[in-house]
Amino acid sequence: MSENNHHLHHPQQNHFCPAETMSEDEEPSRPSPPPPELGSKKTRNCAAVHPSPHSDRVLEIVLEHVLQFLTASRDRNAASLVSKSWYRTEALTRSDVFIGNCYSVSPARVTTRFPRVRSVVIKGRPRFADFNLMPQNWGGHFGPWVATMGKAYPLLERVYLKRMSLTDRDLCLLADSFTKFKELVLVCCEGFGTSGLTAVVSKCRQLRVLDLSDTEVSYDGVDWISYFPEGETCLESLIFDCVECPINFEALESLVARSPALKKLRLNREVSIGQLYRLMVSAPNLTHLGTGAFGHPEPQDPNNQEMDYAAAFSACKSLVCLSGFREVMPDYLPAIYSVCANLTSLNLSYANIDVEQFKSVICQCFKLQILWVLDSVYDEGLQAVAATCRDLRELRVFPLNAQEDVEGPVSEVGLQAISEGCPKLESILYFCQRMTNAAVIAMSNNCPDLVVFRLCIMGRHQPDHITGAPMDEGFGAIVMNCKKLTRLAISGLLTDRAFAYIGMYGKLVRTLSVAFAGDSDTGLKYVLEGCPKLQKLEIRDSPFGDAALVSGLHHYYNMRFLWMSTCQLSRQGCQEVARALPRLSVELLSYEENEKMDDDTVDVLYMYRSLQGPRDDAPQFVTIL
Amino acid sequence: MEVSRRMVNLFGGGGIGRDLNLNLKETELCLGLPGGGGSEGAPKTNGKRGFSETVDLKLNLQTKEAAPLDLKEAQSKNGLKEKNPLTAHDSIKDPAKPPAKAQVVGWPPVRSYRKNMMANKSSKDEGSADQKPSTASMAAFVKVSMDGAPYLRKVDLKMYNSYDQLSDALGKMFSSFTMGNYGAQEMIDFMNESKLMDLLNSSEYVPTYEDKDGDWMLVGDVPWEMFVESCKRLRIMKGSEAIGLAPRAMEKCKSRS
Repeated sequence: MSENNHHLHHPQQNHFCPAETMSEDEEPSRPSPPPPELGSKKTRNCAAVHPSPHSDRVLEIVLEHVLQFLTASRDRNAASLVSKSWYRTEALTRSDVFIGNCYSVSPARVTTRFPRVRSVVIKGRPRFADFNLMPQNWGGHFGPWVATMGKAYPLLERVYLKRMSLTDRDLCLLADSFTKFKELVLVCCEGFGTSGLTAVVSKCRQLRVLDLSDTEVSYDGVDWISYFPEGETCLESLIFDCVECPINFEALESLVARSPALKKLRLNREVSIGQLYRLMVSAPNLTHLGTGAFGHPEPQDPNNQEMDYAAAFSACKSLVCLSGFREVMPDYLPAIYSVCANLTSLNLSYANIDVEQFKSVICQCFKLQILWVLDSVYDEGLQAVAATCRDLRELRVFPLNAQEDVEGPVSEVGLQAISEGCPKLESILYFCQRMTNAAVIAMSNNCPDLVVFRLCIMGRHQPDHITGAPMDEGFGAIVMNCKKLTRLAISGLLTDRAFAYIGMYGKLVRTLSVAFAGDSDTGLKYVLEGCPKLQKLEIRDSPFGDAALVSGLHHYYNMRFLWMSTCQLSRQGCQEVARALPRLSVELLSYEENEKMDDDTVDVLYMYRSLQGPRDDAPQFVTIL
Repeated sequence: MEVSRRMVNLFGGGGIGRDLNLNLKETELCLGLPGGGGSEGAPKTNGKRGFSETVDLKLNLQTKEAAPLDLKEAQSKNGLKEKNPLTAHDSIKDPAKPPAKAQVVGWPPVRSYRKNMMANKSSKDEGSADQKPSTASMAAFVKVSMDGAPYLRKVDLKMYNSYDQLSDALGKMFSSFTMGNYGAQEMIDFMNESKLMDLLNSSEYVPTYEDKDGDWMLVGDVPWEMFVESCKRLRIMKGSEAIGLAPRAMEKCKSRS
């Protein structure tokens, strides 16, 4: 459970990722349709090159034309299984490839099977790496991919990477290899600096999208903004709100002014409110704006008019998504009032504002569908949300103070209110210090459309703070009543009973996050035996051991990965799994640098299906069984 | 190395070993324990720990069912001073002040970028000057070694906001070896020379660190943020060995103030 910024970009994006299944061919990589906002046009791969008799040829041409319209990966996978000829044709016409785990298949294998790809999605590190549960330099390198694709896909247009490591050199190679490159989306990536960015922005003249959400960019002295080519650009989306590098504002201002197609602009906190004003004035057509600092105004120049921030916002008639407020000075908040009524998405999760300031904004946002806030808005603020935002689909409440055992400003009261006021809720992430089963049960009843339910009670093993009971019944009600639920994250005091509920009712659950929960192996067994759609299972600090692990043998080939850290696994148990399932890559990660630790204990088990066998770039702390 | 083998016997092997291990943990010097007994400050926890006991630890701070014999053996092998294994008394040095809870790695599951942004904000609220965390999103892992312990640890200094928190974490990490001899429950008082000298003359363990200049210093002599920036590695050594550092620490202190 945690934030995942890229969802905010695509409020209309279908959150449902196609389930990956192993086809008879055992090809684990699956494409998914790119989000509509990014505007990627699927190229029609029309040329077939089969030397076959005339009638077969006609059939294949017809097939190609028909298959072009198949975009959902599930459909494509099905089509590829019909016959050898369908398999070939489907492979030739697939333009979007989705690789959920970069080590599940080698780059060469992908490029061999799919020769005409325009768009590629690759995911690397497992999510728990975001929380320092995985030592540095584990892997997920883009290098091998760009090297292979650079030769195989000269017409590649779009690269979307999540939790991958890239170097400056990789980016240079990308810029050199793909002359028609249009979209680069890097989410939670790292390893490169502004030099690498410079290569991309200067060479990719058709660049439409540059999105660096939650990606770490090191500053190596080069101001990448200055390297966009002169003249009009094709830029539609420029997102760098988490990039902690200074930027040359004049260059940015010039860039925005010569990017007539720009719709999405998310600035980092280096951009002051005064600078924001100047940018907004030259880009009133923005639909998505990240405001940068929203503070630190320039000292007043008596010769200039005072900046009318409210007017600047009013002028942005198309604004539907607002974020930023990184160093917000609350006095300036009223400037956004005029756009509130149009907003469908609002991210105040970096804005430490008080309840009253928040209420003054939220009470006007009656069209809001996505809201990210800090818990500093208190239960009272959430009640205001419930009163106004009847259309809310997604809510994330982040902790201002991410520690255990502190006073929490939000509780079951806020959750209950939201459940009553926002019946269309589909996705919730809620950090709190105390919770009750009753509120969770209420939500399960009031919000039947819930697809994602992630509750993080920050105190470990915290029971229902009113009844003292474990939180089993609350989560049980969620899986029982929310028939569309595919993603679940649990917390608080939980016994094996909670897992029994999940196994019994969580038939659509694909992603499950478990921390400090359960009593015994039975808990995990319930889940592995009961949840047929389970794809991603991440567990930490829970008392599950080898017996539980082997109970999932029947299912592991259907999963993208299993993560278990600081549980009760032994090396032998993991070895047993590795032996039973040869196509599974079973990695044991060690936290210790030196030897001398008990060889039998397993710090981290990370296993995933793989066609390519053990990877060759594993660092020293990784043992592949 | 004999120490490690003995440790392995205590921590590893069959059921009895596990039980002993549990008991060992419960008598350890617990700094800031309530509910926090599940994991240590570093990313590594002994996977053999029973997890239901973390609930127990919350309710009863210490149970003294340790097998004193094993503890004594462990102590003598480590060259530690003989000490009463019932260290609960020691752990509640200041009953008036609730021990600060050591943070578990990666919990709550909030990304470091966000944590750093928020930390920046809270300190701003306290009226401190405009701060830009230059290495905001990068961890600061340093090796921690302890004289006599069979292996190194690594800690991410960015996980902590104060010496107290670091101290808690270190105490837990090496608790099995210190048996209450880890003297840094309270931060070393650099202003009080005689107190400092007492500490350094004892066999209490004190934390020291190597700074950017390559000098070894006593932990606690500089403001926390400065420490995080300059610390390259940590070493927990006996007070008597650290005595040579004190004058240097004093000097550097004075030159900074």
